[in-house]
Formats: sequence, structure tokens, C-alpha cells
Amino acid sequence: MSDNGTPLLEIQNVSKYFGSVIALQDVSAFVRAGEVTCLLGDNGAGKSTLIKVLAGVHTPTSGHYYFEGEEQHFESPRDALDMGIATVFQDLSMIPLMAVWRNFFLGAEPTKGWGPLKRFDVDFAKQTALEELHKMGIEIRDPDQTVGTLSGGERQSVAIARAVYFGAKVLILDEPTAALGVKQAGVVLKYILQARNRGIGVIFITHNPHHAYPVGDHFVILRRGQVYGDFTKAELPLEQLVQMMAGGADLEVLQHELEQAARGGGEEADALAGVAENIGDELEELGD
Amino acid sequence: MATDTAPPPAPAKKADERVREVGRLSKVLTRPELGAVAGVFLVYSFFAIMAYENNFISWLTTAAILNRAAPLGILAAAVSLLIIGGEFDLSIGSLVGFAGMSIMVLVFPSDAGGFGWSLWPAIFVALLIAIASGAFNGMLVVTTKLPSFIITLATLFIFRGLTIALTRLRTNRTQLGNLDEVGGFSLADTLFASEIHLFGAKFRVSILWWIGLTVLATWVLLRTRPGNWIFGSGGDANAARNQGVPVNRTKVALFITTACAAWLVAVVQVVQFTGADTLRGTLQEFYAIIAVVIGGTLLTGGYGSAIGAFFGALIFAMVQQGIIITGVDGDWFRVFVGVVLVVAVVFNQYVRQKAAQR
Repeated sequence: MSDNGTPLLEIQNVSKYFGSVIALQDVSAFVRAGEVTCLLGDNGAGKSTLIKVLAGVHTPTSGHYYFEGEEQHFESPRDALDMGIATVFQDLSMIPLMAVWRNFFLGAEPTKGWGPLKRFDVDFAKQTALEELHKMGIEIRDPDQTVGTLSGGERQSVAIARAVYFGAKVLILDEPTAALGVKQAGVVLKYILQARNRGIGVIFITHNPHHAYPVGDHFVILRRGQVYGDFTKAELPLEQLVQMMAGGADLEVLQHELEQAARGGGEEADALAGVAENIGDELEELGD
Repeated sequence: MATDTAPPPAPAKKADERVREVGRLSKVLTRPELGAVAGVFLVYSFFAIMAYENNFISWLTTAAILNRAAPLGILAAAVSLLIIGGEFDLSIGSLVGFAGMSIMVLVFPSDAGGFGWSLWPAIFVALLIAIASGAFNGMLVVTTKLPSFIITLATLFIFRGLTIALTRLRTNRTQLGNLDEVGGFSLADTLFASEIHLFGAKFRVSILWWIGLTVLATWVLLRTRPGNWIFGSGGDANAARNQGVPVNRTKVALFITTACAAWLVAVVQVVQFTGADTLRGTLQEFYAIIAVVIGGTLLTGGYGSAIGAFFGALIFAMVQQGIIITGVDGDWFRVFVGVVLVVAVVFNQYVRQKAAQR
């Protein structure tokens, strides 16, 4: 691996077991400042567990966790957050019933006054939330608007803006584009690049190679709890990434099965045949 | 990936208009206490007409309503914070009895099975007992991760049972009295049970405690860090935890708060009645929850207000006093309470849905 700059955050041979279940086995990955490391994997690859280890929610069963060159043992997400490792969990970082500004500062509320009169600096919070969102290109008229009324992309963007504002050195994003439409996903990808350009190390977890490739500098592919591959962008064309993600052989089997099911007849079968055809097309595309 | 999804029509100006309109409308409609304020007018008007002959509109009746509402309102202010924080406390009624009886047993003459203390140390020790009981509830909920409904249902029985069993064990009675003969009573009487004569009616000082605690709870909720944590813990405990909110600490503190409110009500009642009964406070936990829910607080947490609970307690007391004054058989009181509760909840839900739809 080329060595331009030491990693900001690095895990080495991390394993995590839940009873008899091996969620992660000897996983190593790193991110440098001003770079985007993409962690890719299909459902069940161990992405969620890995995020929780990185975020300090889970303590790894074995292995090492380094931040800025020093080994860390986080007890809680707060520990990680205090060091500048901010995690934006999918659907889990915003509270829909709360106003945007309350969400923005949740857990890190600015205060004024002292002693028993120490209080939440509400005016500062409202104004700052609006300003920071504006910097990210999100326009919200009323900071009292609840997060529940924002779109999925806006929520992710607010979460990213919040992490950046609180001085994150490493930003861990859990499937930020998963539930989004094409355009909104694009907006979120733009914020990822903005964060990177501000010198933040970004760990971008996704199962979508088309979202990962345009922004990633470095790709780690997870499969069944293990690292299946670790590449820089130069080493890896998009097509190969897509193929590795999907697992070309698996797709062929799936296509075959679907076609067989389709022969059963009826409406359902027609729909299945359509799906099988799509998979066939995708495989052809990959072949090109 | 060549699917050509039509770009959402989002000209900036049009979006602005929409948001602005929402802002004004929803700002009024999303206030949690709106339903309760409307309810106060509704219920008051109802009895003002129904019981006009019986002088419902008078300072005497007003004082009677407020005096009734105060102890319930003190509980409701604390319970509103707890429910917004996503938890329940069914044990506060039992704690009112427990704290009250603790005071009485401590001050009761030692030859009659008491400890013969003077009043203030007893009040202080009862506070410690309440704090410990609240902490016990909270710790149990946080460590077992069981619903607080179950945990505090259990402690409802435990605290009530302890009150009855321990009192009987020491004094062989279920009612203890003669508090006014105990040292320190006159100051306590002034602070917790004195009456303020205004407009020819007698207003109890506990009304001031009720108002003060509502103001304090509202300030904590809306203007402090713990207030934000309460909303977060109740809205989505996981998300709040991920943001670094000390969710468990917040919840334990909330249980201690409700226990302390129960203690205050116990002190007020013990001093006012110069004694205690092992059954005092029975059903208060439900009345407090009803007041909070009428006040627009979401039973599932994350949304609500202490001011709403204030009006909820007021409505509750108005119904109670209204029935008494109208001369309707008091047996019907619970029927009325149930009806008011259902109407209030349906109304609140309707308002919230309207607001959510923008």
C-alpha cells in the first residue's frame, strides 16, 4: 500500500463475536485526513457491526483501534465523539419530533450563564443551526421546524453539517444514500466531498458502488465478516468494483433460479421474468 | 442507471411560500398545550352554564377548584417531564402515602410506636426516602431495560404494601394524627398549608407551589441542556445515546423528580390534615397521567409540555368541583373523568395530525 501520510484512524485485525456468531473476523481498514474510504458490502457482510465498532458502540472482541497514531479503547460513543470521531447513523441520528435546532445541538448544547442559572443558549443555537445548514446549501426558513418534516436527504445533510460543525476529524457515514432518490443521493455525495475538502477523513459505508466510486479514494470490500479486498481508486475500475460487490457468479445463479421460477406461469412469474432479464442485462453490462 | 426520474419541481420561491405558510399555521397548532387550553374554556363554560344557579362563577368556587388542582398539578408537572422523557411512574400515588406515613411515624410519640422526632428532620428524612425510592425505580428500569410501566406497577404495590405493613408493625394503626402538637409545625403550616384570603375566598399556598413548579419544569424543559436531553431520550433513546446524551442518567433523574413531587404533595397533605392515612395518594398516579395526557403530552414520549399538564390538572379539578357543585351524585365523577380523557386525547391527536399534514 502506498504511504502518503499516516492514517488518521486505523483498525487492525479487528474481530467481533456475538456468542457463537462471528460478525467480524480480522478486519483491517484505515482512513487518512482529507480522504474518503469506502466500506462496501452487501447485506450481512458485517457493515453495521463494523460501524458500531468504529463509533465506539461495540468494543471489539480482539484487534487494535488507532486514532492519530494512538491505541484507543472506547467505552461509549461519547468517548469517540470527544476525540473527533463522529458517526452519522442511518435513521438513528435525528429525532423526528424535535426541532431542527434542538436536534443539531442534541448532546452538545451551548450554554450561557452559570450556577443554577446555566441555561441552553437558545438564540445562539437557532442562529448557528440556520447558518451551518446554509453553508451546506440547505435552506430552512424556520429552525423550529421538526426534523420529521424534512426529507431523507435533508436529514442526512443536517446530520453531516452537525458533525462537521462539531469539529469532526473523522466522519463515519452509515449508508447515507441508501433510502434516497437519485437527486438527493447526489446532494449527500456533494457534502461528503465538501467534508473531505475541509480535511476531514470520511468513512463512507454503502452497498452501492455507483455512489461509492465517484467520491471514494480508497475501497474496502467486506464479505461475510471478512475483508474481501482493499484497493485504491487507481487500482480498481468501477466495473470491477461493481462485479466484486455483487459477486458475478452469485448473480448468474440468481438469474437462473428466477428464470426457473418464472416458468411457473401467472402474473408473478411475468414479474420475476422481468427481474431475471434485468439481472441478465446488468451482467452483460459488466462483461463489456 | 439511466432511469430518467423527473427532477422534483423545486423553484426556490415556491418552496419558500410553502414553508412560510406552514410555519405560521403549525406554530399555533403544534403547541402541545393548545388542546388543554381549549379544554379549560370548554369545561368551564359547560359548568358555568350547568351550575350557574349554584354560583359556579364565583371566587369561592374558583378557590375550591384551584385548591383541588394544586396537589394534582404538582405531581403532573413532574410526571409530564417523565412522560416526555419516555417513561411512566405508576408508583407516585403509593409514594405520596409512603412519604406521608414516614413523616408521621417519625414524629409520632415513641410510647405509641413512633420515633418522637420533631417535624423538620422527619420531613428531611422523608425526602431522602423519596429520592431513594425514585432512584430505585429509575435504576431498575434502566438496568433491566423492562418497560417502566411494569417496574413501577410492581413498586406501586411494594411501596403501598410497605406503608401499610411498616406502619401497622410499629404503631398498630393505619391512621396517625395530631401532627399539630409536634415541634416545628407552625413553620411547616405556613409554608405548605396556609391559606391566603383574597376576594373573600381562601386560596391554599400549595397553589403557589403548583405554579412555581410548573414554571420551573417549563424552564428546565425548554431552556436547559437536561431539557433537551429529556426530549431526546423520549423521542428516540438510541439516537440520543448516539449523540452522546446521558440517557440513563436523565431517566433516573426524572424518576427521582417524580418521587420528590410525591414527597412534596405528601408534606402538603400531612401538614394540611395534621396527619396521614396509609391509603393516602391512592389512584393519584393515574390522575396525574390523565392530567398530563389531557395537557397534550404524547404518551409515547418525546413531545409535550409542563404547561399543558398545568391545564390538565385544572380541567380535572374543574370537573370534580363542577360535579360536586351541580349536585350530581359524586358517583358519576369517574365517568366524567373518563369521558373528558377520551375527548381530550382524540382532540389532541386530531390537532397533531392536522399539524403534521401541514
